[in-house]
Amino acid sequence: MLVQRPRSLSLGERIYLPGILKGMWLTLRHMFRPKVTLQYPDEKWTVPDYYRGIPVLVSDQAGRTKCVACFLCQWVCPPRAITIQAEELASSSVEKGPKEFEINMLRCIMCGYCEEVCPEEAIFMSKQYELTGKTREELIFDKEKLLKLGGKRFDTIRKWDHK
Amino acid sequence: MGSQVNDPRLSTAGTADPYGANGSEDGLLKESLFTTRLDELVSWSRKNSLWPMPMGLACCAIELMAMVGPRFDVARFGAEALRFSPRQADLMIVAGTVSKKMAPAVKKVYDQMPEPKWVIAMGACASSGGMFHSYSTVQGVDEIIPVDVYIPGCPPRPEALIAGILDIQKKIAAEAK
Repeated sequence: MLVQRPRSLSLGERIYLPGILKGMWLTLRHMFRPKVTLQYPDEKWTVPDYYRGIPVLVSDQAGRTKCVACFLCQWVCPPRAITIQAEELASSSVEKGPKEFEINMLRCIMCGYCEEVCPEEAIFMSKQYELTGKTREELIFDKEKLLKLGGKRFDTIRKWDHK
Repeated sequence: MGSQVNDPRLSTAGTADPYGANGSEDGLLKESLFTTRLDELVSWSRKNSLWPMPMGLACCAIELMAMVGPRFDVARFGAEALRFSPRQADLMIVAGTVSKKMAPAVKKVYDQMPEPKWVIAMGACASSGGMFHSYSTVQGVDEIIPVDVYIPGCPPRPEALIAGILDIQKKIAAEAK
């Protein structure tokens, strides 16, 4: 194969100036284009409805924790971030509820399987996406913290009321 | 036994000693104020020109690149100079799965960075091993190097990483106090 040797450079190419000006013009043009930067701590991203942030627990309008400790989310969780301890609820028709419900947010990969599998619609993916922590322990969220983050979701069926 | 205390350092009436020649409280206060101000100046310049060492080991590194790009633009916080040589860096961002084969290299790069240095564990894998409960994965990079800020997510959004860098900046500012 014949190797193509480069041709000798013209005067304009040898003094580099037209090339430099061309490059600088390209840079300068961007100053007049629309700004794309999101001024993050002051300006926040509009989170779409389908976004999966950290998972949280919810309670119904009566304040009852909707989780019945069926362990499905713990079973389905790919990184095994969820740890549940169940207890018997004597004063309620639900019979079973979580005594401890911990999600290790450092393990969690926000896949949404727990929300998908939950038969009681007790766990939801929130819109929280900017979580940081200084230690591992502070990012293991317990039941109280998860319920506080989740808040209340109104339940239209309320099957446990007339059981 | 004399109950009067005649220590000149404890008397306050009309003994202004601005240069602290007698070791009075006034002078000591000034001296400590000066060093505190110097520490604050040093930490101020440190926190506003963090040079990250991008330890990009997996997909989190893509979000790390997005953070440096025009949309999130970490240059607003002075941390845009990603140094790929550890000697010029002071913030290590471990982004991705640390496998046991990579762990000695991560440790070596961390040891090569000059003091003072900080570490961000970005993402589930670097912070805790994530979904890799595996014989080949280090269960969190804090098993080999000290970590200052953990960022959960798989991967975290670039905003979360910027929040982590702001946490590091707060930590550096608090170190001067």
